[in-house]
Amino acid sequence: MQQQKVQQEYNYCKVIIQLNRWILYKFVFLLSALAIFSAIMVLVSKNPVHSVLWLIVVFFAISGHYILLNAQFLAIVNLIVYAGAIMVLFLFVIMLMNLNADAEPRKNWWMKLAGVVSGGCFLMVMVSLIRQATELSGKAALMKTGDIGLIKNLGKALFSDFVVPFEISSVLFLSAMVGAVVIGKKD
Amino acid sequence: MTLLALDWILMLEKLILIAIIVFASLGIALYTTFSERKVAAVLQDRPGPNRAGPMGLLQPLADGLKLIMKEEIIPNSANKALFILGPAMAMTAALMTCAVIPWSSSVELFGRKIDLQIADINIGILYVFGVVSMGVYGIMIGGWASNNKFSLMAALRGASQAISYELAMGLSLIAVLMLSGSLSLKTIVDQQMAPGAWWNIVYQPLGFLLFFICAMAECNRTPFDLPEAENELNMGYHQEYSSMKLGFYLFAEYVNMIMSSAVMASLYFGGYDIPFLDESTLAPNMAAILGVLSLLTKIVMFLFLFMWIRWTIPRFRYDQLMNLGWKKLIPLALVNMLVTGAVILWQQG
Repeated sequence: MQQQKVQQEYNYCKVIIQLNRWILYKFVFLLSALAIFSAIMVLVSKNPVHSVLWLIVVFFAISGHYILLNAQFLAIVNLIVYAGAIMVLFLFVIMLMNLNADAEPRKNWWMKLAGVVSGGCFLMVMVSLIRQATELSGKAALMKTGDIGLIKNLGKALFSDFVVPFEISSVLFLSAMVGAVVIGKKD
Repeated sequence: MTLLALDWILMLEKLILIAIIVFASLGIALYTTFSERKVAAVLQDRPGPNRAGPMGLLQPLADGLKLIMKEEIIPNSANKALFILGPAMAMTAALMTCAVIPWSSSVELFGRKIDLQIADINIGILYVFGVVSMGVYGIMIGGWASNNKFSLMAALRGASQAISYELAMGLSLIAVLMLSGSLSLKTIVDQQMAPGAWWNIVYQPLGFLLFFICAMAECNRTPFDLPEAENELNMGYHQEYSSMKLGFYLFAEYVNMIMSSAVMASLYFGGYDIPFLDESTLAPNMAAILGVLSLLTKIVMFLFLFMWIRWTIPRFRYDQLMNLGWKKLIPLALVNMLVTGAVILWQQG
């Protein structure tokens, strides 16, 4: 009798865990669908301002993925830096240039064809690369586990294991900044 | 047996808390508009609104009713979807900040311990920054979608101002984070509340001053209200808006003021800490209620300071605004950060 009850409880727990996992995975698909849909809308929209706004939705969907992977710091930095700052600058340029849907130049059909072919080649290379990567083969994404994305662990990793690449990339940023100032000077 | 392993009572509790906090912030914002006009009247030596109700106390309700009753006009040449999205985003972004602010310690109700904070996430203060950077889009989208050159100019001004001052704000914040070692607002407040600890303002006076100036610029308050400089840009980015859409823009500014006051109080003035009193000697529920009152008092003081400055100081010119942000505030914030870091290093030996 007692054992039967415990067994029942155990079954319930299993069902609940499966349900939770099911919801989590549905959420992944929802976010992925949102990301792909908005990425397509970025390309399809005639109005460049709409394209930029759809791109912001893409960034939100990607941040949602980061949160599911328990990387809250990356998620919020992605929003602050990309959706919050870089996209605003994009909007600046587009709004100041006053690009309209009818002002968009028409491209030749062979240009479009070339674009499709080269884009398709790139997609094929990317897909085959990911399929063959040894680190990724036979592995599923770790949901809500792993804590490398948390700010404490990420900071420790950046300033101990990866300090050289980190510093080199900061030098890269500095040189980009100096370059922008030099180009932007009036005379 | 719980369904879906969710704590449904916790969900309910949080939903009620969200409803209370959102409605309370809207209510406070309503009366902030009223007190703004009263403070202006006092500073300019005139009676101010005094017709609706005793001492004019019903004035904000009358204003709200007027805004809702007015005809909604969407210009023909405007981009309709984005025209509506603009004020909606401004208001949503303004209200979303309240999720991470610790309004008080926890109360015990029906045998449950209820935290008076919607979400204590480990990126707390960065979440605030993320939401603030989303608020820029409300202004930009609204200004652009109006299809009016004054609105567009104002929107561009507003966005570039917000981006420039966000940098100095972030840099002055880093010094506080160095002291606390945590991004969670709850932890930052708890550290200031601990017996024998001082408020962060004691350690970071310059940092607070920079943060306050930047908060004023982020809220588009005078002397930084270039986006709505009426003598240059008619009415600014909400030129084409009417009815409650205009009301949302005006209201979002006040909600932003309240939220930035709450963030400043939590970061630098001990949040819900009552000065010179050890809260642990009180009953938990009493301490929580007094804590809310203490935080509200601090918020009201900041709001008064905002208004006082608005009705005292004239507006900057645009180049002065940019010079102040990039050439004075950012270097000062960097120096503040370096000195704080050096002192912490020296103390650790």
